[in-house]
Amino acid sequence: MTQTATAPNDQGQQHTESRTDSGNAVEARGIVKHFGETKALDGVDLTVQQGTVRGVLGPNGAGKTTLIRVLSTLIKPDAGSAFVGGFDVLRQPKQLRRTIGLTGQYASVDELLSGYENLYLIGRLLDLSRKEAKARATELLERFSLTEAAKREAKTYSGGMRRRLDLAASMIGRPQVLFLDEPTTGLDPRTRNEVWDEVQRMVREGSTVLLTTQYMEEAEQLADDLTVIDRGRVIAAGSVAGLKAQVGGQTLQVRATHPAELPEMARCLAEAGILGATVSADAGVLAVPITGDEQLTAVIGVLGTRGFGVAGIDTQVPSLDEVFLTITGKSGSAPADKETQA
Amino acid sequence: MSTATYPAATHPAAAAYAEPDSRIGLAGNLRHIGALTRRNLVRIKADPESMLDALLVPIIFTLLFVYVFGGAVSGSQQEYKQYMIPGLLGTTGLNLAMAVGTGLNTDFQTGVMDRFRTLPIARSSVLIGKMLAEACRGMISFAVLISFSLILGLQLKTGPLGVLAAVGLSMVFGMSMVWISMLLGLVMRSAQAVQGVSMIVIMPLQFGSSIFAPTSTMPHWLQTFTRYNPLSNLADACRSLINGGPLAHSVTMVLVWSVAVTAITAPLAVARFRKKA
Repeated sequence: MTQTATAPNDQGQQHTESRTDSGNAVEARGIVKHFGETKALDGVDLTVQQGTVRGVLGPNGAGKTTLIRVLSTLIKPDAGSAFVGGFDVLRQPKQLRRTIGLTGQYASVDELLSGYENLYLIGRLLDLSRKEAKARATELLERFSLTEAAKREAKTYSGGMRRRLDLAASMIGRPQVLFLDEPTTGLDPRTRNEVWDEVQRMVREGSTVLLTTQYMEEAEQLADDLTVIDRGRVIAAGSVAGLKAQVGGQTLQVRATHPAELPEMARCLAEAGILGATVSADAGVLAVPITGDEQLTAVIGVLGTRGFGVAGIDTQVPSLDEVFLTITGKSGSAPADKETQA
Repeated sequence: MSTATYPAATHPAAAAYAEPDSRIGLAGNLRHIGALTRRNLVRIKADPESMLDALLVPIIFTLLFVYVFGGAVSGSQQEYKQYMIPGLLGTTGLNLAMAVGTGLNTDFQTGVMDRFRTLPIARSSVLIGKMLAEACRGMISFAVLISFSLILGLQLKTGPLGVLAAVGLSMVFGMSMVWISMLLGLVMRSAQAVQGVSMIVIMPLQFGSSIFAPTSTMPHWLQTFTRYNPLSNLADACRSLINGGPLAHSVTMVLVWSVAVTAITAPLAVARFRKKA
């Protein structure tokens, strides 16, 4: 205990306890990592709740991979503390490694080994018996549709097969926390969907996933919560829905039966207190920004009582691309604006 | 299963007393080393070309030197066989040692090392697995060279024990060179660079020694170099072990060199490996 008391980051104890309370599978506080002059990570906070998926979104060079490498014990942070599965990245790396799986741009399979040999090797390194390692390798090859290619060297695999083998390799030890570093970068859409299916399946089976991506669609598809980072700093964090709400509400696209009535419709809405409707005559559509369901009802009510013909209504939610552009555009002027945890 | 340790270790007290690096135990380490050695052997099987240098180079060198230069150097090919082949045998360990650096470099470049580093294994087992696989390759290499030499008519004047001793000495020296190879593998940017630099280092050492020709006709400065070149000591020692002759000086020198090289480069290589791995 004395050792702990004198350790530089002895707040680790409290974190270990708070992990149990909060149910966070990953908990990082103030992670800093320099590479020479470059600050790859500049005080990143991040939590992933047990059994959920957090997406880390950011452009190239934002620090996503560095963050994954810190959390998977591949590099040591210069400052800050991090716990994965309750284990300290700095003080308990060996135990921590039993709870994680990593698939990424960097951690890779051995190209000269067959798919089976790759998985068997990792099973043995995770202390499975020969029999267990064999069974687990066979099971995962089956699950990732690699049984036919099991005996072939991994260098003969296509990009998608290799990525699936990589995923299978990271799952041998039934990891509690799975780190996926840009798992679908460079894959064709079909293979990408296969990878997504597998990730969703892992989550259903109880894994916690931390995933980095450059694709908004991927984050939207897989993640419960998002952390947006840029130049080593967290510029926004929260639930996917929460972040969208932060950027702005929905837009109603009202299609009129008689496009000529569009300006009149906009005027009536303004009278009723619903402002900001814009007419796009070419499309025959009235775009109405709204902040909630009550306003949606109000718009329909106003247009109905005034006897306008409405041919259709669509609600348009801002895409994550828009969210990201809005946030990164804003980050220069207001970097402190973050953490809208839902 | 692996997750079973999780609740216990989150207990603050358990966390405080955890000694991460002492948890693997001997049985675990041996299992990991076994699995990684197997991996390297499977790699050799999958890439048979990598066996070529271990198998063909000794044969080519033997043929080339015995029949092209043999008569000119020693007056008779038989005499030259007895002179050169033991020397070549001596350097086999060195050639194998150099493959460790190349393999290590490849593992770092391809990200395989990252995968290993996220697994709960001792990092040293990756290295030991490589060395053991190279030793297996070495055994094949020695067997090929010795069988081929016997076909050519090499006489084992001191019997099989003498040959075994020569093989052993070659391996001892090779093990000390592993650390230099490892340093190169960790510092260089590509496996090709490691190979290139190894060649540049090995070639002059090999030819500037007593392996292929007696040093007495060489210029004075070169004689000085060859006298202190450990490969000359190694060649002389293997010659005496196979043909009979004085052993004390050459064997002692080989052992001194091996210990000295290990003492200096092993800590550097291990420190570099720890830092990088």
